[in-house]
Amino acid sequence: MRFAPLGDQAVMITLGTSIDEPTHRLVRSVVSRLRAAAPAAMTDLVPAFASVAVHYEPAIVGGDRPYARFVETLEAALAEGSMADGPTPRTIEIPVCYEGELAPDLEEVARRHGLSASDVVELHTAGEYLVYMIGFMPGFAYLGGLSPRLATPRRASPRTAVPSGAVGIGGQQTGVYPMVSPGGWNLIGRTPRAIFDSAREPAALLDTGDRVRFRAITRAEFDAWSE
Amino acid sequence: MERVTLRIAGAGLQTTVQDLGRPAHLHAGVPGGGAMDRLALRAANLLVGNDERDAGLEAALIGPTIVFETAALFALGGADLGAALNGEPIHTWSPVAAAAGSTLRFGQPLLGCRTYIAIAGGIEVPPVFGSRSTYIRGGFGGLEGRALRAGDTLSCGAASPTSVNIARSIAEGTTTGIGGWSLGATLRPRYAADAVVRVIEGAHTNLLTATAREALFGGRFRVSSSSDRMGYRLEGDALTLREPTELLSEAVAFGTIQLPPGGAPIILMADRQTTGGYPRIGEVASVDLPLVAQLRPGDSLRFHEISLDEAQRQYLRQEAELSQARAGIALRFGTRIRP
Repeated sequence: MRFAPLGDQAVMITLGTSIDEPTHRLVRSVVSRLRAAAPAAMTDLVPAFASVAVHYEPAIVGGDRPYARFVETLEAALAEGSMADGPTPRTIEIPVCYEGELAPDLEEVARRHGLSASDVVELHTAGEYLVYMIGFMPGFAYLGGLSPRLATPRRASPRTAVPSGAVGIGGQQTGVYPMVSPGGWNLIGRTPRAIFDSAREPAALLDTGDRVRFRAITRAEFDAWSE
Repeated sequence: MERVTLRIAGAGLQTTVQDLGRPAHLHAGVPGGGAMDRLALRAANLLVGNDERDAGLEAALIGPTIVFETAALFALGGADLGAALNGEPIHTWSPVAAAAGSTLRFGQPLLGCRTYIAIAGGIEVPPVFGSRSTYIRGGFGGLEGRALRAGDTLSCGAASPTSVNIARSIAEGTTTGIGGWSLGATLRPRYAADAVVRVIEGAHTNLLTATAREALFGGRFRVSSSSDRMGYRLEGDALTLREPTELLSEAVAFGTIQLPPGGAPIILMADRQTTGGYPRIGEVASVDLPLVAQLRPGDSLRFHEISLDEAQRQYLRQEAELSQARAGIALRFGTRIRP
């Protein structure tokens, strides 16, 4: 575990160097212990693949050297409690329509891999994915576990407006766009579920550590969906 | 004091409702947001007897035209965008009393980029994630998640007793402007079109070539026209790493200096994404973020490296000064029995 400043109002705790489940469990364990300890100066925790950033208010830490003092507080908080993974992960099911205009790049992805479109859907829905981190956009989940048979490079010319709920593949990653955004991923489907809704509590459907499964639905089910 | 209502007669270039942002939802990918120049908003709020965290208007470069439909106490902090009330020029860093029907207009930007209009009672819009800041990309917060348009109307909350007393003392002529003592010289930032910005080392500063490191901490960078609330893109000598590096995405901060491929650094600002995968070659000291926020496209800056300890010392000193200003205003204008 390495501590370093991230500017003068955050600490970066580095736990590893690669994207893998053991490092991820360490990340979740750190998040869980720090949330439980809730140091007064801490304002938020931002977990990532192999690190956890702890944002803090130096004026609340006080003293001559707030950074050093706050790191001591974090070390003490992490020394307590076990290295347990934290709360039991949730499994979130995301219904996806992989049909027609909702899946503009599906045929292309299939062709690239010498598969049929339904093979692609089968492979995509067979996977159990892990939310490694949330970032890039509100509610955007970085998912691990895409079958290498589906990995597809980003489009040469990104779209200026990918619809909210679009399910895509970009390189070795798969994920869902939580809001309208420019994007270069290959779009293979769309979910009617709101991945992010600023008026909902919680706003983000997914959180670090969740397991995600995709389930194919028909266009009729997509159109009829309400939450 | 009646709650203020105001009408936007002219939108200006980009005028948005902002407060001090959403610090506790970064883990959900929600940008911190809030005022680009936090000090200017906080100081302007104090000057009208508001809580520092109250929402005001952030106006960039070309200010809005505002009609105060009711009498209002307001103050401008940050840039001097050539403000005039009913044709009379007014100063920044000073509370101003406007009669009902008054018009606030802006002319030529004289110094800086963003001015903050704080109005007694604070702007009232529904909070999102506990904040009234506007996040345009996400379409939420502020007024309907967008910049203000001509025809918009806004209302404010109830004025505090402190606000009432400040307004009364302006009316009685006992305060010609309280900028003189309430904001110490060290609190008024030294905005400049060619700024020296203090920076601490970043996690990946040591990956820069020696030449690049010299260019980063000695060279002059120009603020590109594609700079905005998400980030300031800088033009100057291209910076290179000693060897190509693939980094995992991880958290960034307000003031993180990223180095994308291509070698042109970006200073991440208020509406930055919460995480990033580019090398972090420096971190702007929090105390100097207002200097960056007040640079216009075409302005320039140089980075001056300081230690983390020094950056935090300066930050705590500034917080102490703000506390004193707050206490001074409370003492002089706070609620107490008046004869």
